Amino acid sequence: MSIDPQVLERHGLKPDEYERIVAFMGREPNLTEIGIFSVMWSEHCSYKSSRVHLRTLPTEGPQVLQGPGENAGAVDIGEGLAAVFKIESHNHPSFIEPYQGAATGVGGIIRDIFTMGARPIALMNSLRFGALDAPGTRRLVDGVVAGIAGYGNSIGIPTIAGEIVFDPMYAGNPLVNVFCLGISKASDIIKGVASGVGNGVYYVGAKTGRDGIHGATMASAEFDEKSAEKRPAVQVGDPFMEKLLLEACLEVMKTDALIGIQDMGAAGLTCSTTEMGSRGGAGIEIDTALVPQRETGMTPYEIMLSESQERMLLVSKQGREAEVEAIFEKWDLHAVRIGHVTDDGMLRVKHQGQVVAEIPNRALTDEAPVYRRPMESPAYLPEAQTLDLETIVGSGSPEKALATLLSSPTIASKHWAYRQYDHMVQTNTMNLPGLGAGVVRIKGTDRALAMSVDGNGRHCYLDPKRGAALAVAEAARNVACAGAKPLAATNCLNFGNPERPAIMWQFGQAVAGIGEACRALDVPITGGNVSLYNETDGKAIYPTPIIGVVGLLEHADRLLTRRFQRSGDVVVLLGDSHCEVGGSEYLARVHGLVRGVPPSLDLKAERALQDLLVKLAEARLIRSAHDCSDGGIAVTLAECCFGSQGIGVEVSLMAVDAPSSLQVDATLFAESASRVVVSVDGSLVTEVLQSAAALGVPARVIGETGGNRIRLAVAGQIVVDVATADAERIWSQAIEQVVAQKVA
Amino acid sequence: MKFAVIVFPGSNCDHDAHYAVTQVLGQQSALIWHKDTDLQGADVVILPGGFAHGDYLRTGAMARFSPIMREVQAFAERGGPVIGICNGFQILLEAGLLPGAMLRNRGLKYRCEHVHVRVETTDTPATAGAYKGQVLTIPIGHGEGNYYAPPDLLKRIEDNQQVVLRYTTADGRLDDDANPNGSVNAIASVCNDRRNVVGMMPHPERACEPALGGTDGLVILQSIVKALTTA
Repeated sequence: MSIDPQVLERHGLKPDEYERIVAFMGREPNLTEIGIFSVMWSEHCSYKSSRVHLRTLPTEGPQVLQGPGENAGAVDIGEGLAAVFKIESHNHPSFIEPYQGAATGVGGIIRDIFTMGARPIALMNSLRFGALDAPGTRRLVDGVVAGIAGYGNSIGIPTIAGEIVFDPMYAGNPLVNVFCLGISKASDIIKGVASGVGNGVYYVGAKTGRDGIHGATMASAEFDEKSAEKRPAVQVGDPFMEKLLLEACLEVMKTDALIGIQDMGAAGLTCSTTEMGSRGGAGIEIDTALVPQRETGMTPYEIMLSESQERMLLVSKQGREAEVEAIFEKWDLHAVRIGHVTDDGMLRVKHQGQVVAEIPNRALTDEAPVYRRPMESPAYLPEAQTLDLETIVGSGSPEKALATLLSSPTIASKHWAYRQYDHMVQTNTMNLPGLGAGVVRIKGTDRALAMSVDGNGRHCYLDPKRGAALAVAEAARNVACAGAKPLAATNCLNFGNPERPAIMWQFGQAVAGIGEACRALDVPITGGNVSLYNETDGKAIYPTPIIGVVGLLEHADRLLTRRFQRSGDVVVLLGDSHCEVGGSEYLARVHGLVRGVPPSLDLKAERALQDLLVKLAEARLIRSAHDCSDGGIAVTLAECCFGSQGIGVEVSLMAVDAPSSLQVDATLFAESASRVVVSVDGSLVTEVLQSAAALGVPARVIGETGGNRIRLAVAGQIVVDVATADAERIWSQAIEQVVAQKVA
Repeated sequence: MKFAVIVFPGSNCDHDAHYAVTQVLGQQSALIWHKDTDLQGADVVILPGGFAHGDYLRTGAMARFSPIMREVQAFAERGGPVIGICNGFQILLEAGLLPGAMLRNRGLKYRCEHVHVRVETTDTPATAGAYKGQVLTIPIGHGEGNYYAPPDLLKRIEDNQQVVLRYTTADGRLDDDANPNGSVNAIASVCNDRRNVVGMMPHPERACEPALGGTDGLVILQSIVKALTTA
């Protein structure tokens, strides 16, 4: 048969890609095979545009037990244990159907973790929406938050931290990045491999339906006004089924009757059979007629491409099948043998015994196209990076500017959202959401893990390389502020259409920045996800790499929070301040400008700062630590007071070098990196300052906690003097006030 | 003393309760699968939190039909202490072991946070070690905790002093803002006529260790031990 160009277009295959398929196969593929190629060669599964860049990332270190390439990465956390974690995007489905899109995103990342043999113990998320008060945003925010809650709460994994940013640039394309972390014995990590000729290939979990067919292809295309028509390509989640799968799979894994296991995520049965065979250097043969189906009349094409959720593929050792089947039976799940492992390296799909597709695994994986797409510095950049400070007149009212920033939905308390997440189930949560890094203890040990997800699209828009490096630094710094040593990172790279050279340039620059920062801070990348084509009607989002960093507290009781603990403590600023207002929240909210270059980042200084924090925490020399990011030091100091029963603070800051009208605002709100505010018992200040000096970290006493007001002086002049309670009210109610209004 | 923690498919606080009982209280505990029909000689039964059977119908509506529930019922009828936490409370309501019903939270959203509850009676195994009027700070985590009983039933429950805990302010005052889910009469926990079956929405097992931010949940768990040892 000959293939109609329209068929190729519907499958997202370019004509030259089709020629490549024909050349490799030595024949025309049939429709089922085209379907299989289309999902395996989609951007989502093949990383065809990103692979050449991703290869440059540091992925190794003595702490890394599993780098990229498996379902998730893993690091050694001592005492024979491993932390298994990854971040993934579910942007496109969440835009089309926010609740189910977000819910199935959570379900997917959880499967990636328990597939490795780890029990998931924590979830985080990083979300981007349009302006909170813009039409349409509420529906997305409500749906996404409810979807994350609906899935995570039901399955019983706490959502312990995250970030939500509101910016008009995401109005047409929200970002939903979800992170999951699990714990396993380091020696028990299980991989997604198939091997051993004749070993049974089992299907377990929910039945296959027509939902989600071509989800991976959809996630590899831009949106337009017809995107709503793609709703059937969004899957529906069933957290209860996944809870059964999780418990049953972990129980089966304890038996050592398994060769390998993989979840059916994007590209469903196609991707799992191909990847398991490919990793094991084997082949897999299945019969689609044996696949449990919940709809009648499904074709092999539909069965292979369905993205129905909560399904796993596993390979059992010969002679151990009954054991495996019995465990699934206990959980009312039925493991069905749908095929077996072969040694010919082929993906062979039969339907009632008849071969309907036969493709070498290699053609679908190693031979998938790799593009070195053209890159070109975007035309907007020179203009956007220009910021003449002389033309910016300071707010004139730092107190008002502070209030504006505290009520900015990006900075304001996200209590409304995280109150909907069960953040305490499993009884490990040591740091409640909103207090910095998420922290869970590891039962049976003295240890705890701290984790943070961070990213700043505005910074990356103005300088993707520096912005991405800043995101790595911030995530690691947040972990260090909890007292934990940063161990490793995972990344979710959200960008626009890679076929546009300007976007590809942003991507390449960002990956370079991530690589540089990860190397300098010794947090290798252990996995992650790339989400491209984040555009609607040709308008791309800010380039938004999100970085998740995991760190270890060897002694959980050394945990630090951002909150001031008591009155009369000395407040010390670690790090130097400069007039770096480019790309800041201050410039955007107070002046309506997205301009300039993001703050500079000295990675050596950053590393020293993080080492210092871990050391100070371990030696119990400080009582709290909070990094300076959105909103600068003024917002940081205010946040240190919030939740501390109204403790105030009085500090005196040296003015930064800036044009005189901007000097006060720049001192308070500039977002210079590598700065942390710590509070210290008066008797320990000298020791803290000496420790800082020993590591070359600038440290300066700036004031004292106490009273019930936030009093900030710049160059000796009090410029902010507000009641802590009033500032906290503004910060805590800003989002609630907007979302409490009925959706029109 | 031996606790039985029932594991329904979809329970997700079963291990938390088991951990608190064994590691914090230092008592014995067995996790018992819902298809089992033997409580293994337990002195007290805990129905833990979670989403038994996914709670896709009404919360707790399916779990009451699990085989182990016949044993739980018989155990309760013999006067054995049965404590239902969150989803466990919902299951006890569906099973008819406790009076009343649950509605979606006022505001229709799931809420997870620390709340204050006031002890209304010490004549139950869950509060035997507390004092009347004691205010405990314990987390909740639920979407359907809006307790309801029709007026005449509510009157009977109140007259019999079957209300065990009520949502209050930190200083023990009733205040609509302190009621997280809209429960009638701010009821957070009730017991049966015989006072041996107690259901509560707050999760005492989440508040047993200082590292997790509080230990008021221990008052509840230690009460169970006290009630059994002095019975």
